[in-house]
Amino acid sequence: MATEQDIVGRGAVEGAKLMRDWFARLDAAAERKESAAYVFVMGSLAEVLRAFDMHLVFPEINALQTAVRHVAHEYLGMAEDYGYSPDVCGYVKADVAMQLQGGTHSMGRLPKPALAIATNACNTYVKWAEFWERYYRIPMVTLDIPGSRSAQGGSAPGTDAFESDRRYLEIQLRELITECERITGRTLDLDRLREVLGWTNRMAAAWQRVLELNRARPALFNALVDGTVYLGVLNALRGTREGAEYFERLVEELEYKAAHRLGTIADEQYRLLFVGVPCYPIFRRFHEMFADQGGVFVASTYLWFAAGGLDLGFQYDLTRPIESLAEGILVGVRHAGDAMLFHDQALIEQVDQFEADGIVYHPVKSCRTVSTSLAGSRKTLMKSREVQCLFIESDMMDRRVVSEAQLKNRIDAFFEGLGSRRIRTAAASA
Amino acid sequence: MTTLTAGIDVGSTYTKAALLGDDGTLVATAMIATGFRLDAAAEEAYATLLRHAGLSTADVAYVVSTGAGRYQVAFRDLHATDLTAQGRGARHFFPRTHTVLDVGGQTMKASRLDDRGRVAAFRLNDKCAAGTGAFLEKTARYLGFGTEQIGAVAAASADAASISGVCAVFAESEVINHVSSGRAPGEILHGAVVSLVARSVQLMKRVRLESEITLVGGIMRFPTMVRVLREELGQEVNVPPEPLAQFTAAVGAAVLGHQRLAKRAAAEHAAA
Amino acid sequence: MRYAGGVDVGSTQTKAVVIDEARRIVGRALIMTGSNVVTAAQESFQSALDDGMVREADVGYVIGTGYGRYKVTFGNDQVTEISCHARGAAHLFPGTRTVLDMGGQDTKAIRVDANGDVLDFCMNDKCAAGTGRFLQAASFALDIPLGELGGIAQKATRPVKISTTCTVFAESEVLGWAAKGKKIEDILMGVHRSIAARSVALLTRVGVEEQVTFTGGVARNVAMVAVLNELLGVPLQVGEDSHYMGALGASLFAMDRILAGQAASAGAAS
Repeated sequence: MATEQDIVGRGAVEGAKLMRDWFARLDAAAERKESAAYVFVMGSLAEVLRAFDMHLVFPEINALQTAVRHVAHEYLGMAEDYGYSPDVCGYVKADVAMQLQGGTHSMGRLPKPALAIATNACNTYVKWAEFWERYYRIPMVTLDIPGSRSAQGGSAPGTDAFESDRRYLEIQLRELITECERITGRTLDLDRLREVLGWTNRMAAAWQRVLELNRARPALFNALVDGTVYLGVLNALRGTREGAEYFERLVEELEYKAAHRLGTIADEQYRLLFVGVPCYPIFRRFHEMFADQGGVFVASTYLWFAAGGLDLGFQYDLTRPIESLAEGILVGVRHAGDAMLFHDQALIEQVDQFEADGIVYHPVKSCRTVSTSLAGSRKTLMKSREVQCLFIESDMMDRRVVSEAQLKNRIDAFFEGLGSRRIRTAAASA
Repeated sequence: MTTLTAGIDVGSTYTKAALLGDDGTLVATAMIATGFRLDAAAEEAYATLLRHAGLSTADVAYVVSTGAGRYQVAFRDLHATDLTAQGRGARHFFPRTHTVLDVGGQTMKASRLDDRGRVAAFRLNDKCAAGTGAFLEKTARYLGFGTEQIGAVAAASADAASISGVCAVFAESEVINHVSSGRAPGEILHGAVVSLVARSVQLMKRVRLESEITLVGGIMRFPTMVRVLREELGQEVNVPPEPLAQFTAAVGAAVLGHQRLAKRAAAEHAAA
Repeated sequence: MRYAGGVDVGSTQTKAVVIDEARRIVGRALIMTGSNVVTAAQESFQSALDDGMVREADVGYVIGTGYGRYKVTFGNDQVTEISCHARGAAHLFPGTRTVLDMGGQDTKAIRVDANGDVLDFCMNDKCAAGTGRFLQAASFALDIPLGELGGIAQKATRPVKISTTCTVFAESEVLGWAAKGKKIEDILMGVHRSIAARSVALLTRVGVEEQVTFTGGVARNVAMVAVLNELLGVPLQVGEDSHYMGALGASLFAMDRILAGQAASAGAAS
């Protein structure tokens, strides 16, 4: 029987180890001059690539690591010296710098790409992948994934429109498979694909449960700090036994914590939602500015879009692997897009489900896609629910536009507002 | 009897003038604050220049203007861009220079020269004034130091507060925030110098800098600036002898004047 | 008689206020912050005590505000300027529902309820456009003392349009207009209108509800008040103590704590 000491906190430890091992495997692959597929978190197509046993490289994850380790400015500077504008997304620039250095980054080395895969979930992905295409003269596969046509969710599953979209994606998937067969010299092993899909099914179900469990009071994990580790494993180990088992063990840990009311911070005062991408350059300090005043992030849109919509818990039908894969990718990537573009209603629901006191919106200089709708969303949420909404602007990579003093000023004012709102509400119901 | 040319550099903050003989002798210099009447500043600087030399306008064969206000110099024979003038001026003092870094009042420019001293590539500071003399002076003033104290104060502090802003205004916020959190003024000023140097080096890399490197602009009269730049670049740098760092463009403009006169003489000779 | 203190350590000036139990200002002081915020806070507080002839021992609680609030070493707690300006404005003008605070480093638009509690706020702290800094830049560029800008601007007959929103480029634009021979008053009014337009944008984002109170150092600038009145279409309330609004708000929060029985910890007020 696992004791409290065995179980509480093991997710953080195991997650960190899995990521370290993953980077070490990539480093070893680079050493052996093996190649990899370079992919993105929204539509990584990991299942197809794993079925071919290809190494996966996630440049977005590599980039954010440099910021967490406080060395991003070196990479950004190198890319800007090369000619990239300060306005270009920080993730792209950090990766460009890594490639210019022969694939060296803060966690080791990266194997070179033999294939680049981009989806239109983010417009920058396509331009980014073109850089690798030019620099390494490798094939680039772009998947055009039809998104939600409206906030009301056009082309829902079961409609003709949906089936049309799914078929469109299936055609593209088969093209990707053909390309993988050409590159690897192997034909697709459908049993291997089924095995991989099975692992993703288990991971998705567990992940969905993980997110749900954080509705507990007190919250069991911090959507930003713990969330980033989870996202690492969700992406890097998608479609693997280790990845699936990690999340099943995490569910076990969180259920234990929920049963024993063990919160992620000692004195939970305010439950908060986070909308956007975290501020990695001052990651720890950012967390402290909220945690020190009893604020916990119980959920974040980041956890939806940066895991390619895995939180839907979509279960692949292993009897029709490719058809089902097309459907799963379609709904997943569409859902990820909606986390950035059509999130108002979903946020309102989350306020209710998680009993949130406040929402923190974080537009970033690097990304217009993520940032554009936030001001409007904030207004909608403030009209729909009794929540305090904070708007803070910085970047997920570029320290030059992160001002800790100004962030702290706004955050402190936010907590003062949360405090007086609570007093007002208590007085009103007294 | 040497022929004399004059170079007038009407900058955003200061207007400089130089009188140059055809043998390369710098006969006189003059400098005044520009204010907002550029034409008047040019006239005054020129008048002061002639007074210093004990000469009159009749003694000057050719006048070349440069700087932001070069079009406002009514009495000019020719105008030239700062980059061209700085390039000639740097070459005048350092015949083997190939890269010029000009940190002026409101702009920063890096240029690479070809073997004939013409500008082959150049970059201006991106977006804003975070890497200029104005930023450093503003920071010093905010901290309660005079401009002339900048070098000494920055040199006396071991640590540098981090100032990373892209924009001078944002960097100013950072300075304010450092003060508000009790950071020592010397460390903040040191940080401003370090930040400025980092941006300069970045700019020079983008023109693919080539030795020798010459530093010009008023800010180069501070040994601290030169020292930090030298350290950051990892090689020796040229600085025009005190107090001429601010006069390179004016001197360069005067050099252009001589080149024009020589060309004119050659053309007349050929026609004859 | 118990007193409460508020110290507002700003980027340019430090203000201190002492109030009595009836929440009346009995002493106030304003000094330049300089580069040592700790001593600026101490000196301004001492001056406010002297101004009110209050003994330090009689001050039961002190709250620091402004960017330097964590450096008010003798303070008992810190509250942001956002909350303090809101509270101060609502106290002096009980009908206040929107506050515009134009300070030395940033500008804030704040929506408040009848108690002076912050409902929402919108800040411009990244960019100097629309803040007092823009005025400082103009003052320096044209070599005219800051305090005289408003008076001169009011004489404008044909204000120029400052087209850029960035302070750094605007400095060049100001000098450019001067070089072209535009009248100083017309240029300065253009600068004021540019700042006011940015502030109105902030106010619109937070939602303008009357009464609107104008606080902070720039509120004493008559030209700015006039332009804002015009652009907003509603009259702004301005008090004599607009400079002290932050410190006043801080002292009011401090008095709340005293009256609620939260005595200062031993030695904290010394």
